[in-house]
Amino acid sequence: MSNSNKSEWPLWEVFIRSKAGLDHKHAGSLHAADAEMAIENARDVYTRRMEGVSIWVVESKNIHASDPDEADSLYDPANDKIYRHPTFYNLPDEVKYM
Amino acid sequence: MTVHSFQEHFDDLIDREVTIEPKDWMPDDYRKTLIRQISQHAHSEIVGMLPEGNWITRAPSLRRKAVLLAKVQDEAGHGLYLYSAAETLGVTRDALYDQLHTGKAKYSSIFNYPTLTWADMGAIGWLVDGAAIMNQVPLCRTSYGPYARAMVRVCKEESFHQRQGFEIMLTLSKGTEIQKKMAQDAFNRWWWPSLMMFGPPDAESPHTEQSVRWRIKRLTNDELRQKFVDVTVEQAKVLGLEVPDKDLKWNEERGHFDFGVINWEEFWNVVKGNGPCNKQRLETRKAAWENGQWVRDAAMAHAEKRKARKETAKAA
Repeated sequence: MSNSNKSEWPLWEVFIRSKAGLDHKHAGSLHAADAEMAIENARDVYTRRMEGVSIWVVESKNIHASDPDEADSLYDPANDKIYRHPTFYNLPDEVKYM
Repeated sequence: MTVHSFQEHFDDLIDREVTIEPKDWMPDDYRKTLIRQISQHAHSEIVGMLPEGNWITRAPSLRRKAVLLAKVQDEAGHGLYLYSAAETLGVTRDALYDQLHTGKAKYSSIFNYPTLTWADMGAIGWLVDGAAIMNQVPLCRTSYGPYARAMVRVCKEESFHQRQGFEIMLTLSKGTEIQKKMAQDAFNRWWWPSLMMFGPPDAESPHTEQSVRWRIKRLTNDELRQKFVDVTVEQAKVLGLEVPDKDLKWNEERGHFDFGVINWEEFWNVVKGNGPCNKQRLETRKAAWENGQWVRDAAMAHAEKRKARKETAKAA
């Protein structure tokens, strides 16, 4: 079988948990034929110095992102609700442990 | 928003040192310049593996061999970080490789010089990686997010590269007379090409102003070159080696070293493809890519077959 078309391996996004107890964090992306290879490649590309204890890979086409041009309206509902922060409330100085 | 107001919004983000991310609106020229700069950098990492790969089998000890292997592997990694940063700008990996393999894209000219002796591994780590670090550290604060994050990773890893090179030079310069001569010879050959790595003088670098404005360049070629000379001359003293420049001298008034005239004719000649190894480097790189085609095809076929098998099992 000769396959001379220039089809790339799919693109994957790599997320790494740097140590137990922390969230996985986006590290970068890479190309791989399947998920298993993506994890192995992620190990070689993103954890050569023990940067991780766990790896997630997600095919990039499955990531859905918010539109930065709509950020104003998207985050608008939280914009005027400073009462969600503890500093909004005035307490007398004698009140302790609150 | 109109194109005009998009532009104003973008300029405002740049002025406020806010990072630009892949989905943000950006001017075409910004995108094009970034793709060119990031991919050139990626190509340099990949081609940069070749001069050093030349010495892996002949490293003088197991320790040196393990270190050199790790360094070359890092360079592959750096190339991959940078290619994927470039891809966030909407160009495909295949297109980038194609530009390299057809000679349309450039890579750092330094890699078109041959590595003649083991001391060259020392000189490359010390000087070439040293110059690269000088260039790269300011880019950790560049305006384009994926590029800046890739550079942070690169810079973190690069400092071992320079140290291992310096260590090789130090060992040789404290060794036998022949070893010391070998170190000096490598220094002589790599010094001037290393100074050329920072690119043409500011007066002949027409894009510098725009790139500084966009924060995809943070210091000019001449500023970086001067910084490199100032620190490296002091390091050469520790090695007891002589900087191959008879015009080199401390300028009290400027607070910097003055140095001799760079042979820009040689620089442009190598850029144009006439360096000692241009042809060999490109051919080696192309052969590696073409000879790997069956592996890429086989992996894809295997993945598809497994996926199909899984789906049949699910349907049954």
